[in-house]
Amino acid sequence: MAREPWSEARTRQIVAEHVELEGPLMPILHACVETFGFVPNDAVPVIANELNLSRAEVHGVVTFYHDFRREPAGKHVLKMCRAEACQSMGCESLVKRAEDRLGIKCGETSVDGRVTLEPIYCLGLCATAPSAMLDGKIVGRLNEAKLDKLLKGAGA
Amino acid sequence: MTVKIYIPKDAAAVACGADEVAEAFKKQAKKAALKIEIVRNGSRGMLWLEPLLEVEAADGVRYGFGPVQEEDVTSLIKAGVLGAEGPKKIKHQLAVGPVEEIPFFKKQTRLTFARCGLADPVSLPDYKRLGGYKGLENALKLKPIEIVDIVSKSGLRGRGGAGFPTGIKWKTVHDTPPQQKYIVCNADEGDSGTFADRMIMEGDPFVLIEGMTIAGLAVGATRGYIYLRSEYPHAQIALNAAIAAAKKEGYLGDNVRDSGHAFHLQVRMGAGAYVCGEETSLLESLEGKRGLVRAKPPLPAHKGLFGQPTIINNVLSLAAIPYILDNGPQAYADYGVGRSRGTMPIQLAGNLKHGGLFETAFGITLGELVDAIGGGTASGRPVKAVQVGGPLGAYFPREYFDTAFDYEAFAARDGLIGHAGVVVFDETADMMAQARFAFEFCAVESCGKCTPCRIGSTRGVETLDKVRAGERPEANLAVVEDLCNTMKFGSLCALGGFTPYPVMSALTHFPEDFGRPAKKLPAAAE
Repeated sequence: MAREPWSEARTRQIVAEHVELEGPLMPILHACVETFGFVPNDAVPVIANELNLSRAEVHGVVTFYHDFRREPAGKHVLKMCRAEACQSMGCESLVKRAEDRLGIKCGETSVDGRVTLEPIYCLGLCATAPSAMLDGKIVGRLNEAKLDKLLKGAGA
Repeated sequence: MTVKIYIPKDAAAVACGADEVAEAFKKQAKKAALKIEIVRNGSRGMLWLEPLLEVEAADGVRYGFGPVQEEDVTSLIKAGVLGAEGPKKIKHQLAVGPVEEIPFFKKQTRLTFARCGLADPVSLPDYKRLGGYKGLENALKLKPIEIVDIVSKSGLRGRGGAGFPTGIKWKTVHDTPPQQKYIVCNADEGDSGTFADRMIMEGDPFVLIEGMTIAGLAVGATRGYIYLRSEYPHAQIALNAAIAAAKKEGYLGDNVRDSGHAFHLQVRMGAGAYVCGEETSLLESLEGKRGLVRAKPPLPAHKGLFGQPTIINNVLSLAAIPYILDNGPQAYADYGVGRSRGTMPIQLAGNLKHGGLFETAFGITLGELVDAIGGGTASGRPVKAVQVGGPLGAYFPREYFDTAFDYEAFAARDGLIGHAGVVVFDETADMMAQARFAFEFCAVESCGKCTPCRIGSTRGVETLDKVRAGERPEANLAVVEDLCNTMKFGSLCALGGFTPYPVMSALTHFPEDFGRPAKKLPAAAE
């Protein structure tokens, strides 16, 4: 997905779009990830200033939640479910396969920057396990062949 | 003649190729000049059959075919699913007959999920045609306290896991002086093995909206929020579409159905923190803070969102409300056993042949669920353990299969129903690895506020690793037991407090996986 480069003006604009909401910080941070692909450190003081919060408060929220990534992800993001229902259907061996193919550990981005592999704790597709999500597209009944196809589609 | 077919838009169906199947039908019907209407419905809950194609016969009966893949479409059309003769006599290897006659479906008591899968989930006319908004129409004729009384009399208990009587929560908020009050729906369904919230939000979002609107009337709240986990983008789309439709028709807004009551509803997205499923952590998150658990009291009913009186209920609790207001409290309370009244949408998942959503009255046994309804394991190997209630639920062995699905019966065996997710493991499961995972998950997801949870979980992982390495196993297992005891009684919320359930149940029922001698459990002695 094409992302915009970070700018202070765009950040202020995002804040302005949400400032009327009750409890606007979470929607603002989601919008930052949507727009820039991550929440840059430079955005933190800008948001804090606009919302009249301390930098520590905003930093604290950014770092609390898994979704608010602080570094850009790879071109493609493959999330593999590793929770109990998927475990019962053998997700761990599939995660291992993906790790080996990409030459990285789960939670890392491949050296060429093409694929970020992340764990996800439950997509709610527990009766069609194991499951995964590639760039927002969900896949159930994952097996080796389907996984290889996903990885190939992501250019790995 | 236009043939009406149904292909679910439920995420589980989509993940297994439903979009591609719908696209293939559209293309091939066009090519063959056949007139079809494709309804993207919610799921019927028989997830092993997804994507489940349903073809409506002239008499309205819907015949099923599944699981359908893109490449099956040609042969299905060849067999005549779009033909003028109707689907009744079609012979195809994927044919499953009339969908509502499938035993898994027929054996259910669908109150909350009555409409799920019948029609286009975000069509308000369809919702009303199928009996929707009757509960609200009744509520609008009642005094607020009468609505609260009806909910109390139904015996409904919080479906999120704690099982707290919903009526008491509502009464508490009702009794606070008039001020800005809130209705918050906990849709942070983070437990592995659970998907009932997701299915109802995707498959019948209006029922949740109606339930929240009724809650608003009952306690005098004018604003509502649905806190939805970010892992559910499909539910977000469905809810927003339904909210927009409800607003347009005057079911939400400044003047709900010209009653003079206002109710405004918004969906807010979580950001991947499991602990935010805990109600006070969720409220912090909604306010735009770190999801740190609050100490109680004050209860959210007194000081909840932004310090105001707040009803915070699970999706399934709120979605049960329209039925209760429509049919009366007794109709709901007539189902169930003991203090567990009504029905529970049970989610059968993991290594199971027939996984899916099974709504039934409380009281069914675990064994019936796993063996008779779920059909045993998908792998064909014997069942080793069943985890009920998500990552914080206990692992039960086969010896416990006579346990009735009921809050108290599970508690009596050191287990919990939680959000009614049932995850089945076959004999290949390593229960020490599962126990370690429970600690590890708690360590990653702990909000960090209380020490037993923050430190105990990490120490638990380290200690089990020592056991695994053969380092003084008995002494270290004693440490694990001690840690569990401290976490259970010393944690601020259920994350730390319930992590001992999976750990201790694994250790108690499957000692051989921890290097202890296997223990023959007295078969169903209780």
